[in-house]
Amino acid sequence: MDGILLGLETALQPSNILICLLGVTLGTAVGVLPGIGPTATVALLLPITFEFDPVASLIMLAGIYYGAQYGGSTTAILLNLPGESSAVVTALDGHQMAKQGRAGPALATAALGSFFAGTVATVLVALFAPPLASAALEFGPADYFSIVVLGLLASIALASGSAIKALAMIVLGLLLGTIGQDQFTGVPRFTFGVRELYGGLDFVSLAVGLFGLAEIIRNLEHRINPSLVTRKVQGLWLSKEDFRRIRLPVLRGTTMGSLLGVLPGGGHVLASFTSYSLEKRISKKPQEFGKGAIEGVASPESANNAAAQTSFIPLLTLGLPAHPVMALLVGAFIIQGITPGPNVINDEPELFWGLIASFWIGNLLLVMLNLPLIGLWVRMLSVPYSVLFPAIIAFASIGCYSLGLNAWDVFAVAVAGVLGYFLIRWGCEAAPLLLGFVLGPLLEENLRRAMIISRGDPSVFVTRPISATLLALALIIVVAALLPSVRKKREVVFSGEDD
Amino acid sequence: MSTTPAAPGDHAGRLGGRSGPSLPDLMAGATFVVLGLAFAIGGSQYDVGTALRMGSGYVPIALGGILTVLGLVIVVASFRGVDPTVANADRGPIPWQRMGLLVGAILFFGFTVGGLGLGPSLLVTTFLAALAGHGTRPGRALVIAIGLTALCLVVFVSLLQLRLPILGDWLGG
Repeated sequence: MDGILLGLETALQPSNILICLLGVTLGTAVGVLPGIGPTATVALLLPITFEFDPVASLIMLAGIYYGAQYGGSTTAILLNLPGESSAVVTALDGHQMAKQGRAGPALATAALGSFFAGTVATVLVALFAPPLASAALEFGPADYFSIVVLGLLASIALASGSAIKALAMIVLGLLLGTIGQDQFTGVPRFTFGVRELYGGLDFVSLAVGLFGLAEIIRNLEHRINPSLVTRKVQGLWLSKEDFRRIRLPVLRGTTMGSLLGVLPGGGHVLASFTSYSLEKRISKKPQEFGKGAIEGVASPESANNAAAQTSFIPLLTLGLPAHPVMALLVGAFIIQGITPGPNVINDEPELFWGLIASFWIGNLLLVMLNLPLIGLWVRMLSVPYSVLFPAIIAFASIGCYSLGLNAWDVFAVAVAGVLGYFLIRWGCEAAPLLLGFVLGPLLEENLRRAMIISRGDPSVFVTRPISATLLALALIIVVAALLPSVRKKREVVFSGEDD
Repeated sequence: MSTTPAAPGDHAGRLGGRSGPSLPDLMAGATFVVLGLAFAIGGSQYDVGTALRMGSGYVPIALGGILTVLGLVIVVASFRGVDPTVANADRGPIPWQRMGLLVGAILFFGFTVGGLGLGPSLLVTTFLAALAGHGTRPGRALVIAIGLTALCLVVFVSLLQLRLPILGDWLGG
């Protein structure tokens, strides 16, 4: 309880509210632009936050993240252009609602559902993070190694698309993470004598390349003219009937999202897909789904936001990012000189609780800010793509350069973008690569430490009970993901079609 | 990543006739094999060490080996069927020229921002990038470039106070 009060005290400082507000606004403004998903938004805006002190900078980042997510739903609903896979489901019914002139209620449902889910999930984070963190303090290097392995493998099972390609992308990410000076011996690896690479590849460059540049190249395959269904969004408030219809879907979505979000691999995509198929299955009028059913917006949006929130639990307690945005946050923590993990709660209580309190405040600001400002966001939607993507290129270049005044960080954007474009085109997802990249150093460090402690005996990973349990879980997940029957089911869930 | 379901495309399907390998899978697998081998071979130039005291090369060699094997599995699988996630994606041809312009724009920025300074470097970068747009003529690209450069200077130099010189050493700034 003291913790929450400390958090509110920190987050409610006028300067921090202002920063949260700035983050939410910027996040929405960029996130609403077509073709820029939440990950790209956070990556592009990341350099700005480094100007502030650690607490303020992370609060701003959390604000940017929520804003970006909300902006993403807005594009999904109004343009039928989901910025990331978890918004695909929102677009199904949300866009249909918009076409029927019900864009206002669709947006309001998304905002209110997200706010409710965010509030519940924030409480869950506050309740469960501290005990988990103290449990995690008992972890030795072998246990840490195993939990990173579990997190990485779980992210394959929970993602859509080919499992083996996702695994390969993770390994590639881990390999890219080895570039730079070896933490143990100081030997520079894969730097080709370039001093600027001794510190390793910059994760912001990698993220901007993979999620920003690669996406732009992909969009330029076609001449895209997204058609805005409506320039005026009217009737933002929900009718009594609407409220009645979304009540239970929001609750169910929140529950589903909160549970799946805690999984170390991050279940936000799965959460929005399963909650949508659940609603469709139990609905009395399943034929309305896909044709503008408000339940089809309410439930996945709540699930998505709840999962986004509870995925902070593995991040704050174990330092384990569940999805690419969390991976970016890990990088932000590290740049601020904080190692994310179980120590944060004791060493930096102000930051820990301030961050949690600002989740909730960010969600509140979103509802207060976005519904009235929707007219402005709709205008941002009409920025033509031919102006938009050069702006992204400019922002990405300046942002990455300004991090360390290092031209190699800029070159890395180009390389990551081209590599990412081709790999995505060939059916590989970029998210596992980024997760692998961020977790790579952690994995290697703990592996090498564990082996030194065990005097070179690899059985340490299966004789320590925590490590053994985690590895067994990881094995079960991989086997399950590769089983043909489960694979079929997974495809069904992710295609959102069930009969 | 936008994962909008779309009509089956012809570009991402099988190479040639029905019996050929799935091109995207083949390419993805081959890329992994090449990169895996590169890291493994590169890693073998460093001290490998023992399992007890792993040297700098140990982990890269192990991971490079795993990536190579995974790549080979994907290559083999590509002869057996098309990954449904790829088969359903509607793909246009690879926009080589546009991609080249974007990459050129970013590389130009990296090479010249220190010497030319933010202003001139950004102007060229945004101009090159804008040219990559569908139906953007040089005149319009120039207008976009001037507008974006002005915007970025205001945002990054005036508002965010980044310590980047607007004119660099090469121009006596």
